[in-house]
Amino acid sequence: MQQQTHIEIKNLSVFYGDVTALQNITLTIPDKKITVIIGPSGCGKTTLLKSFNRLIDLEVGVKINGKIFVDKENIFTPGLEPTHIRKKMGLLAQKPCPLPMSIFENVAFGPRIHGLKNRKRLHGIVRYHLKQAGLWKEVKNRLHEPASKLSIGQQQRLCLARGLAVKPEIILGDEPTSALDPASSKRIEEIFLMLKSRYTIVLVTHILRQAKRLADYIVFLYNGKLIEYGPADSVLNNPQQTLTQEYIYGVVS
Amino acid sequence: MHKDKRFLEEKIIKGIMRFCALLLAGLLILIIVTITVKGLSALNISMLIKTAKGGFYLGGEGGILHAIIGSFCIAGGATCLAFFISTPIVLYINVYRKKNSKLAELIRFSFNVLWGIPSIVYGAFGFTCMLFLGLKASLLAGILVITLVELPILARGIDEVVQQVPIEITQAALCLGATTGETAWKVVIRQILPGIMTAILLAFGRGIGDAAAVLFTAGFSDYIPESLMQPVATLPLAIFFQLGTPFPAVQNRAYASAFILTLLVLSISITARFFSRKLSRHRIDRL
Repeated sequence: MQQQTHIEIKNLSVFYGDVTALQNITLTIPDKKITVIIGPSGCGKTTLLKSFNRLIDLEVGVKINGKIFVDKENIFTPGLEPTHIRKKMGLLAQKPCPLPMSIFENVAFGPRIHGLKNRKRLHGIVRYHLKQAGLWKEVKNRLHEPASKLSIGQQQRLCLARGLAVKPEIILGDEPTSALDPASSKRIEEIFLMLKSRYTIVLVTHILRQAKRLADYIVFLYNGKLIEYGPADSVLNNPQQTLTQEYIYGVVS
Repeated sequence: MHKDKRFLEEKIIKGIMRFCALLLAGLLILIIVTITVKGLSALNISMLIKTAKGGFYLGGEGGILHAIIGSFCIAGGATCLAFFISTPIVLYINVYRKKNSKLAELIRFSFNVLWGIPSIVYGAFGFTCMLFLGLKASLLAGILVITLVELPILARGIDEVVQQVPIEITQAALCLGATTGETAWKVVIRQILPGIMTAILLAFGRGIGDAAAVLFTAGFSDYIPESLMQPVATLPLAIFFQLGTPFPAVQNRAYASAFILTLLVLSISITARFFSRKLSRHRIDRL
């Protein structure tokens, strides 16, 4: 019996109108590792990531073939309400986007909509996850201030805390450091490394050095096709495909 | 030489713009001064606390309290109703429907057309409906017709704000496992609260100032209405009837009434602005 992981992709193709964004992707994302998706702009990295939590539903004119299994459940089953799938995955976007409420309410929002009302427990959850995201010390005296007042690096950590607070098993990151300064990027990277023992992490990045620093596994996409996939060491140091070699050694960008 | 010409042009254009801007401010001051000067002589406390007694429009005793209350009841009731109808419409077409939704386009087209219909047409429409149903002019009919007048104003106003909500906010809420409903009513709504406030204010101002739509539907009376089915006086009509008399003393009362109406709208506007600032505390601006 083959071991099941949280995310398995089978023959996934995604089209925007006539444009093919992803073509016949089959992939198993290993649990409790950092999988980094790399590839040139427009190769379908973000589309793949957004398919995992069905955020892709919001796109206009999108058509999907194939299956993605999240905990053995095909998330594209017709009529499936995607909220419980999304709850399993925290997403960090390119630019952090706090909700229009206070710092405390941002983190408490997830637990609240999933039914937690007890103020004391909410407070505990907020504190715990702000600590996890390395933000607690900076905000503990201003929890009820608007989240928009935080710096952009702090906002990204707030978004991480907010995502962790719904107790996901998976963390998705769509170039989560691209809008941040180097110091904030470094903090986010450190947090990812700290969290990977407990979470399955999938990151999209266009920074190869970041991929080298973080990845356990590398997925290389090119023009919507899966070109190469494997442990980070072998893909980055000894790529088998010509396209991968060209990308990693800097011929295409 | 060429340079001088460009600078001259710049000066002239700047001058025109400055003139237009000052014209606007001057107009506001002129209106306020006119109604204050003309109305102040007739303005006294009994205008505010008494209803029209017999012979009020001939220069007799009394005040316009009934019209103040009437206007508030109609504009307030209509604004509430219009708000509770337009907010779901706008959230539905923006959060629940995709960006290219045909239905959303149709609804937007509808309220844009409704927005441009003059209020006398709403009044006539309301009157026809009342005849059909066998109803008389009443507070209720006035509220319903003014609701129709305000509905497109509110819907358009709120729609414009909702369309500016960054899609990332919606995505962020959905990613936490929120349903579309929770996203709309717990997240998006908080982002647009200040905008809703402005739209409400615009609609209320339009509702309280409208004379044409209430003329046939709310009727006019000299009393404070005791039920929804009684006719009711409104400030704009009170001004109209007082101005229409041949007596200068009564005409001055019309200006006093106009002064009161303007003051009411102004104070509501300032209050709303104050609350709007509080409501925009948590808004996400930079993205």
